[in-house]
Order: sequence, then structure tokens, then C-alpha cells
Amino acid sequence: MEKTVNQKAWFLVLPVFLVVAFSAIIPLMTVVNYSLQDTFGNNQFFWNGVGWFKELLDPSTDLGGRFFASLWRNLFFSFVILAIEVPLGIVIALSMPRQGWQVAACLVILALPLLIPWNVVGTIWQIFGRPDIGLLGYALNSIGINYNYVSNEFDAWVTVIVMDVWHWTSLVALLCYAGLKSIPDAYYQAAQIDGASRWAVFTAIQLPKMNRVLLIAVLLRFMDSFMIYTEPFVVTGGGPGNSTTFISIELVKIALGQFDLGKAAAMSLVYNLIILIVCWVFYTVMTNAGAGRRVKEGAK
Amino acid sequence: MHSIPGRRIIISVFLVFLLLPIYWLVNMSFKTNNEIVSTMTLWPQHPTIQHYVRIFSDESWYSGYINSLKYVIINTIISISVALPAAYAFSRYRFLGDKHLFFWLLSNRMAPAAVYALPFFNLYSAIGLFDTPWAVALAHCIFNVPLAVWILEGFVSGVPREIDETAFLDGYSFPRFFVKILMPLIASGIGVAAFFCFMFSWVELLLARTLTSVNAKPISAVMTRTVSAAGMDWGLLSAAGVLTIIPGALVIWFVRNYIARGFALGRV
Repeated sequence: MEKTVNQKAWFLVLPVFLVVAFSAIIPLMTVVNYSLQDTFGNNQFFWNGVGWFKELLDPSTDLGGRFFASLWRNLFFSFVILAIEVPLGIVIALSMPRQGWQVAACLVILALPLLIPWNVVGTIWQIFGRPDIGLLGYALNSIGINYNYVSNEFDAWVTVIVMDVWHWTSLVALLCYAGLKSIPDAYYQAAQIDGASRWAVFTAIQLPKMNRVLLIAVLLRFMDSFMIYTEPFVVTGGGPGNSTTFISIELVKIALGQFDLGKAAAMSLVYNLIILIVCWVFYTVMTNAGAGRRVKEGAK
Repeated sequence: MHSIPGRRIIISVFLVFLLLPIYWLVNMSFKTNNEIVSTMTLWPQHPTIQHYVRIFSDESWYSGYINSLKYVIINTIISISVALPAAYAFSRYRFLGDKHLFFWLLSNRMAPAAVYALPFFNLYSAIGLFDTPWAVALAHCIFNVPLAVWILEGFVSGVPREIDETAFLDGYSFPRFFVKILMPLIASGIGVAAFFCFMFSWVELLLARTLTSVNAKPISAVMTRTVSAAGMDWGLLSAAGVLTIIPGALVIWFVRNYIARGFALGRV
């Protein structure tokens, strides 16, 4: 479908532009402003140039050290999350019942964790994992595993990861399910006639058809796990020590905890820039995939 | 649909995994604090609704729910009403800077809330909206408006262009066409977009907490009050948690048939 050029369409987009500009551009200007200045309180600001950025990108300083430590921690976390949630989500989507009331029931239960406020997700796992009052913590300890997410770094990590798997695998599963639903029956019938194995059906039909939704899933999950704040904050508070302090937690500590505006602003901008780059890659791949599909369909 | 061996077992195990922590929360909410701390029981030995009674009788508790619902609803209405025309424009026309604008919107959906917490605080304090539902509703627009545009664009693109052209030939003005013909056609899309706006505004805590102090305090911020000198009030915390799950569960039920497509942002 060819789109027509019409500059008046800007009038239709204007409300969105104004609303988002109000909540995105003005605050971002504030951040840029802070990032170049230093303050000693009392609303007195001094020009600091790129000083904060230099400090931030130099791992030997305190600020830089904290930034890079939380950045690597966060990247590692996102990687583990993707490695678990994507394959698991595909398997769940493939295991969905075919029809009847079970489909609706499964969809509702799957979507349930997504609708729970993030701090309540934290609370649920905080309670669930506690060795004294939680089912999980109590059960693990009574079969002889010494599990305590408050004092042990490894346990804290496991808890945060299992919590995220619990919280977000459904998103991947629902996306994949939507992709699977869009495959016409004729494809399967053709595969049956060809005597294709289950594995062949998966790699030759289902996976290529899920391509696009999987891409959305991977990028949404990457973004959201990269800016995760509330859930680990409620469960572990970033501890024990700093072992589960992700970038957002570090940033809020600096900005609202210590009120170090300059440092926080510089960190915000670099953080935003990373997000922007990943987002650009996502957008390019998405639009190219869309264009590619349109070309293919046009050729048929 | 071809599926894999042992699928019933896999899906059952996963659903149990999803429900177990929620079951535990519900279980805790019906126990007395004494029972929670002293013994390990799989269901309440002396079921009590004292925690729920306390939430519904204490204004500082139940007003938290009302405040949360207020900003969620304001946000959903704003997001959908500005996103609808924009989605139509993006779906039907090419105009100067359309791709850049779309990308810019998308990038705002991805921006971390932690970055905006402090500048929002300054901004809304300066214009006198701090501690009102409007501040939170407007702040949440930063991720909900792009999302709504994105979802609705997918649904509008599913409506054949011939319908617009026929309507205009029949003498419909643009606003009349939009309300009378296009909106009923994408009603399910509007429902799904509203659902997602509701969802993301409802689950967000960081901005909601930063932009309110007393009058508009959301339930998620009220919940932190259960930490006191005497330790945690686990029963009350659990009951409050259970009550935050209910609105979500209700709206899921209404959109259950469209939910999968909605999560794919209308682009399967």
C-alpha cells in the first residue's frame, strides 16, 4: 500500500508531538544543563564544562568506577535474562493448548504477572523467598540448601533472575503465540504431505514466521531489563553490598539520594545515549524487516 | 497448530510456577501476623480478614487506590485521544520528518524512568502540578503515548484504504469519518491500546512516587508504610498487594481475545 505525501498530516500528529515534547524535551534540557554545572547547594551553580563526563568515563575515579561496575552488572543481567526467557517463551508458546476454554484460561494466567505493579512483584518475591516465612526459602532450607537472598550474593542474583523470569517470560510467550497463530493451516498440511519431521516444521515454518515478533520480544526485554529498577530495589535494595545494584538503582542513589545533580545528569545522558543507540538498531532492523516482507509479498 | 511432545506437562508446570508466588501472597494476606511469624503453614489455620478490614477502613490506605486509579485513567484518556489521529497520519500519509518523528517517539518509550525522575520533579514543582494526579498522568505520557501510537498504527494499517476513499466520496467530512467509520472499525485496537496504557501506568512506581508526596500518593507508595519500628507488617503488606492485582486481573479478562495481538503491537 503506497502512502500519499500530505504535509497537512502534521496537524494530526501535532497533539502527540506537543504532549511528548513537553514531557521529554524540557526535562532533557534540564538534564543537559545540570550535567555541565556544579552546585554547592543554595541554588548556586558553577560552570563545570565536560568535567563530569570525564570523571564518569574514567573507571579509576569513584563515579566512573561505580558507573562501569553497574553497567557491566546490568549487561550481564540482561544477557542471562534473554538467554533464559527467549527459549523458554518459545517452548511455552508451542505448548499452548489448541482450542477451547483452556486457551483463554492460559492467556489470562500468563498475562497476570505483567499486570502486577512492579513494586508488588518485588514484594511477592521478597515474601516468597524469605527463609523464615516464605514458601520458597523455607522449602529450600528444609531440604538442606542454605539459601538466603539477604546475605548471600549468589542467592540474591538467583532470586532477582528467577523473579524476572517469572515476571516477563509471559511477554515473550504471548508474542510468540501471536506469531504462531498467524501461520495458516495450509503450511502445516503441506509439511505433512512432505513428511516433514517436527523439528523441520519448527525450523522451516514456525521459527521464520516468529522472526518478527521474536525481534520485538528480544528488544523489549533487553530495554526493560536494562532499565530495571523497582523489582530488585524492593527485594534486595541493590545488595548485599552492591552486588545487585543495576544502573537505574545507582542513578537514583546519586540523583535523589545524594542529590549530586551534575554527576547524576552526566550519567543520565550517557545512559540515555546507550539506550538510543540500541533503539536505533532496533528501529532500523524492524523497518527493514517490514520493507523486506512487503517486497516478498508483492512478488507473489 | 503443530505442537511439541509433553506440552501439557510443560504448560502446567509453568502455570503452577506463575501461580505459586501469588498463592503465597493470598495465603499470607488471610493469616494473622502472629501465625505468619511463628509457624509455617500452607494455608491459614485461623483465617482472618483483619488486614482487608484495616485497608478499607483507613482513609490513608484506600485513598492510595483511588489516587492510583485517578492518574491511570487520566493518562489512558489523554494517551488514546492524542494517539488516535497521529496513528492515522502515520499509517496513511508521508510527510516531512515522519520517520524521524516515529523513531523519536519510539526512543521515548525506551527511555529509563530513572533519568527523568529528577527533572520531572523540578518541572512539575515549577508549574504547580506537583502532588496532583495530573503530574503523574502527564509524566506517564512519555512512555504511553508512543506505545499507543505504535499499537494503533498497526491496527489502522489493517483497515483497507478503500474504506476511507469511499467515505470521502460519500461526502463524509474528516472528523465525521474518523468518529463514525474509522473508530468503530478499530474498536478492538483502541481497547488493546487502552489496556496497555492502563497496564504500564498502573505498574509504574518510580515516577509516581517521585511526583507525589501527600495528597496524590499512589498505593504503591503507601505500601512502603508497612515497614515500622516494630518490623514489617507482613499480613497488611500482602493484603495490599492482593488488592493491587485485582484491577489488572479484571481488565485482562475483557481483552483476553486480543491480548496476544496487542503484545505484538498490532504487527503480527
